[in-house]
Amino acid sequence: MNAFRLTAAALTAICVTTGALAADKFVAITQIVEHPALDACRKGVKDVLAENGFVEGKNLKWAYQSAQGNVATAAQIAKKFVGDGPDVIVAIATPSAQTVVASTKTIPVVFSAVTDPVAAKLVSNWENPGKNVTGTSDMAPIDKHIALIKRITPNVKKLGVLFNPGEVNSVSSLDAVKKAAPALGIEVFEGAAPKSSEVLAAARALVGKVDAFYVPTDNTVVSAFEAVVKVGIDAQLPVYAADTDSVPRGAIAALGFNYYEVGRQTGEMVLSILKGKAAGSIPVSGVKKMDLFLNVKSAAKMGVTIPDAVISEATKVVK
Amino acid sequence: MSLIALLGTLETGLIFALVALGVYLSFRILQFPDLTVDGSFPLGAAVSAILIVNGFNPFLATLVACVAGAGAGLITAWLNVRLKILHLLASILTMIALYSINLRIMGRPNVALLGEQTVFTPLEALGVPTYMAIPAALFVLIVIAKVGMDRFLNSEIGLAMRATGANARMARAQGINTNFYILLGMALSNALVALAGALFAQSQGAADVTMGVGVIVVGLAAVIGGEAVILPRTVFLATLACIAGSLMYRFAVAMALNADFIGLKAQDLNLITALVVAAAMVLPSVRAPVKRALVKDKRVVGPLK
Repeated sequence: MNAFRLTAAALTAICVTTGALAADKFVAITQIVEHPALDACRKGVKDVLAENGFVEGKNLKWAYQSAQGNVATAAQIAKKFVGDGPDVIVAIATPSAQTVVASTKTIPVVFSAVTDPVAAKLVSNWENPGKNVTGTSDMAPIDKHIALIKRITPNVKKLGVLFNPGEVNSVSSLDAVKKAAPALGIEVFEGAAPKSSEVLAAARALVGKVDAFYVPTDNTVVSAFEAVVKVGIDAQLPVYAADTDSVPRGAIAALGFNYYEVGRQTGEMVLSILKGKAAGSIPVSGVKKMDLFLNVKSAAKMGVTIPDAVISEATKVVK
Repeated sequence: MSLIALLGTLETGLIFALVALGVYLSFRILQFPDLTVDGSFPLGAAVSAILIVNGFNPFLATLVACVAGAGAGLITAWLNVRLKILHLLASILTMIALYSINLRIMGRPNVALLGEQTVFTPLEALGVPTYMAIPAALFVLIVIAKVGMDRFLNSEIGLAMRATGANARMARAQGINTNFYILLGMALSNALVALAGALFAQSQGAADVTMGVGVIVVGLAAVIGGEAVILPRTVFLATLACIAGSLMYRFAVAMALNADFIGLKAQDLNLITALVVAAAMVLPSVRAPVKRALVKDKRVVGPLK
């Protein structure tokens, strides 16, 4: 009898909880693999929802699954989530986002940490994605990098880009630089360094041709960043970087971002969808909040004085 | 589990049944532990995806993907029979080389197929939701593949291939060119795996260079797990076991994904999957003594070699 009562109580409890949950919001989040950047991104989404009154376990049902690096599992997670019928599906990183978008045309999907959502065919354009999909991209804001170079050193007319032609990301960064530079009156010169040991020679080869160096997020060149700094100091040419970690190593300035902020931006989108906005009416957004890192000491060595207006905006200044 | 999740599980399971059939051919028939599949699965995906985005007919693209997979299998077999490289190492060499080759074929790590014409596009005209139509179509395909495989393995060529795997020296003594059958078997096996890769990319909306990770593990789990559930006394039962094993593995993943109610978290997924597959494999052997007691006279024949 007791057992029967317990079962009955448990059943009622289950009915009550599911009943309560049905009235609340349900967000399902799928991630391709556990990775510090992607985990930070997920935390950003959750924090924004919590700050705006959607708390997990209270009035928010939060389902999280990681495919643990397996695309077939990601596909199954996508199907499971679509079947569960949440209010919003958040998909972190390209493969997870593609499997979700392939599985539903009705449930709102918000992707995050996808570099090029148009190439990934998640959306047809950034401004007006339409359908049930929107999200945030983690593409490096190259145009802002170039604008920063122009702000700190307005006299730069010829910019030398150091990169490894074998890295896909660097090649697309270079294309972006070439696209953004002419509008600011800057001519682009390429310095190819296929190996770390060739970075020094590639930088030296550009001396006399360029007014400044720019290093994109290139693994090869960044690993030998000190060589570029050395050439910059010797030839009195400012060195700019795309990642903030290179600033303490001698770059005079870099505009970077962190994935937690990308997640927070994604969270804002999820929030507006929970409040009734259609996903397709929200434009896809790039990284908005960025951290400006400056190295005043290095700038002095390269014969550059960073304007006070720029210093006042900096998140971190190396002296 | 919801209907969409159930059918999605079936869909993935049926696609990976092709991988299981391929692995069965190399691992069980030829006794050739073949890791090439970790490369030939994304190879099939890459070839079909790049052809489709360049405007080729998706069926033609899928066919070319199979041919590319067969080529990959041939290279592994050639490394083994001609260059005398140990089978396991030969397949590893092909597998790692294929990573670079797949990147070259696609030109980038990910080729999206969302919104493109695929082999599944004609199904949209049926008026049935695609999440139902695709598994149904795949079911028909798998039945055809299974029947084709059964007939092949019982044909003269198939019997010679089985002899090659069972006892190569004896086979040679009977005038069988074992090298030829290893090349043929490996080509067929990897063509099936590449077909699975091509279909998977088309149903999931993208080919990704990382999608081959762990395919061999899933394939082996399906073959061995299936044999535990269905005793492979005949070729008919053995291929059936491959399909059952593949579905079983996917249902194990689905169960693991639904295990959050007992306090398990996302990071436990692979562990739960492993435990469920292990349980599914052990259960029949627990039952076996009981069964044997019931059918005293009939001897249980060991697994098909």
